[in-house]
Amino acid sequence: MTFTGIVAAIGLAAIPALAQNAIPRTAAGHPDLSGVWTNVTITPLERPRNLAGKEFFTPEEAVEYEKHSRETRNKDIRERGTVADVANAYNDFWWDSGTKVVKTLRTSIVVDPPDGRVPALTPERRQQLQAIADAKRKRCAQPGCEVENGGIPGPADGPEDRPLMERCLSFNNATPMLPTAYNNDYEIIETPGFVAIDVEMVHQVRRIPIDGSPHLPASVRQWMGDSRGHWEGDTLVIDTTNFNDKASYRGSDRNLHLIERLTRTDPGTIIYRFTMDDPTAFTKPWTGEIPMVKSEGLLYEYACHEGNRGMTGILSSARADEKRAKAGKNQE
Amino acid sequence: MVIRSGSALLALIALCIPAFGQVQRTADGKPDFNGVWQALNSANWDLQSHAAEAGPFSALGAIGAVAPGEGVVEAGAIPYLPAAARQKQVNFEKRWTDDPELRCFMPGVPRANYMPYPFRIAQGSGPGKNTIMIVYEYADAVRTIRMGNPGKSPADSWMGWSVGHWDGDTLVVDVTSFNDQTWFDRAGDFHSDALHVVERYTPRSPDTILYEATIEDPKVFSRPWKIAMPLYRHVEANAHLMEFQCIPFAEDILYGHLRRQAANGKGDSR
Repeated sequence: MTFTGIVAAIGLAAIPALAQNAIPRTAAGHPDLSGVWTNVTITPLERPRNLAGKEFFTPEEAVEYEKHSRETRNKDIRERGTVADVANAYNDFWWDSGTKVVKTLRTSIVVDPPDGRVPALTPERRQQLQAIADAKRKRCAQPGCEVENGGIPGPADGPEDRPLMERCLSFNNATPMLPTAYNNDYEIIETPGFVAIDVEMVHQVRRIPIDGSPHLPASVRQWMGDSRGHWEGDTLVIDTTNFNDKASYRGSDRNLHLIERLTRTDPGTIIYRFTMDDPTAFTKPWTGEIPMVKSEGLLYEYACHEGNRGMTGILSSARADEKRAKAGKNQE
Repeated sequence: MVIRSGSALLALIALCIPAFGQVQRTADGKPDFNGVWQALNSANWDLQSHAAEAGPFSALGAIGAVAPGEGVVEAGAIPYLPAAARQKQVNFEKRWTDDPELRCFMPGVPRANYMPYPFRIAQGSGPGKNTIMIVYEYADAVRTIRMGNPGKSPADSWMGWSVGHWDGDTLVVDVTSFNDQTWFDRAGDFHSDALHVVERYTPRSPDTILYEATIEDPKVFSRPWKIAMPLYRHVEANAHLMEFQCIPFAEDILYGHLRRQAANGKGDSR
């Protein structure tokens, strides 16, 4: 081997090692968050009671937890023909709940308060949600209600009675970005002054200007709120307000101020941290953290609304229930 | 100022160009299409030349009327095969009930680019960046243009499978793998699942793009045909996309007949 050959060989060996740890950066010098990312995990939002006081798993405990999760989770174990069976329409094949805890080995996504639990709702918000639940129950004393996700019957006079998921409006995984039933994938494109995040489920696209512009006037309300971004060192901070009355996460209301922090800690990881600050809904702000892991796959189109035969089935079923009940009454 | 040499004159001209026509470029030297864009024409009403006409609901008056347009189809008419021409006529007659836009469905390509809503081109600029995303205000529609060879599309879709490459300063996007559910406009112009669209985005000034789309579909058209139009940059300081989440606006059309009151008659109230 010649001297140049040796230099070349050393160079080839050394460069990839360095490059592996370097975070890609844009021309503007910011960490480049572009790419497809997934946050699928079996780590729960809230720390299970039996893990109280335990913030992190040891690696051995993580393996044990994953094994237990795999063995006990099986949506195919159910009694045919029961309401619970119908409510759990999707069998295990459809659910993409992952098999691993988060790579930080945290025992919950909630990191603050330190007990890993979502703080209590304010008394006013609790009352409000209770009133909504009571009204539902009252309406559902009569026929024409249909089971919602979770097994509780809900009114079905028209589509607006139904949960946002059934209407393809939201799967509760865009603000904040947290794992849901399946398709837990996000494609980020970072450009000078603007970041787009395509949330695969259900092609909701977060549009985040990074141009120093102010939020929309408070009178304007949107399903995903109004997001503006700025850089704090190597962290992209997304500040979102202007939510409407219908979008809600864990009881949040239109006053939610969502602060998200995305930090690409290594080429394969973005640490995603979010704070839910909503003084009319929660007794105190709370913060969660979940890693987004680089995915080699691509994002594909999830056309939920375009193929929503579910809503037609749900409303038809409610009407059929009413007809049956009426026919029964007439016979009496 | 006295111009003493040809090169000085050239330098002077070069200095003047930025004000008139210099193409903005990304850090890697490609034309920079980042920004909020919109077509300003009535192609979404009808790609072909058409006069103004009343809308279907007189209660909406001038608000619901069809805007006129000279058309964006090169050489005038869309070359339908005979059976397809009849289908287009059926679609036209049913346009106020059958246009997928009424249902808030994703609009497909090229229609997404000339709907009366802005869209954002998000073009990464770092080294090795090979993806451009187009985010549409209408219906949260989105498409990702993958540069080079992303492999075959796994399934048909509403917005198609967009594969891009650069032809000099022109971004060329080859779009395939469509379903047969979208229309080109509110006049019932349509295609099959054999649709193949080749788009060309060419910078024509800092704030305008020449947009061309060649449309090929052997099941519907006798030959490929082309549309062309400028796209205009939103230059206002607060040029941002807002939400046009239209699902709630379309639920009456889709599910109205299944509402409790509609199905059970007016006498039925709780």
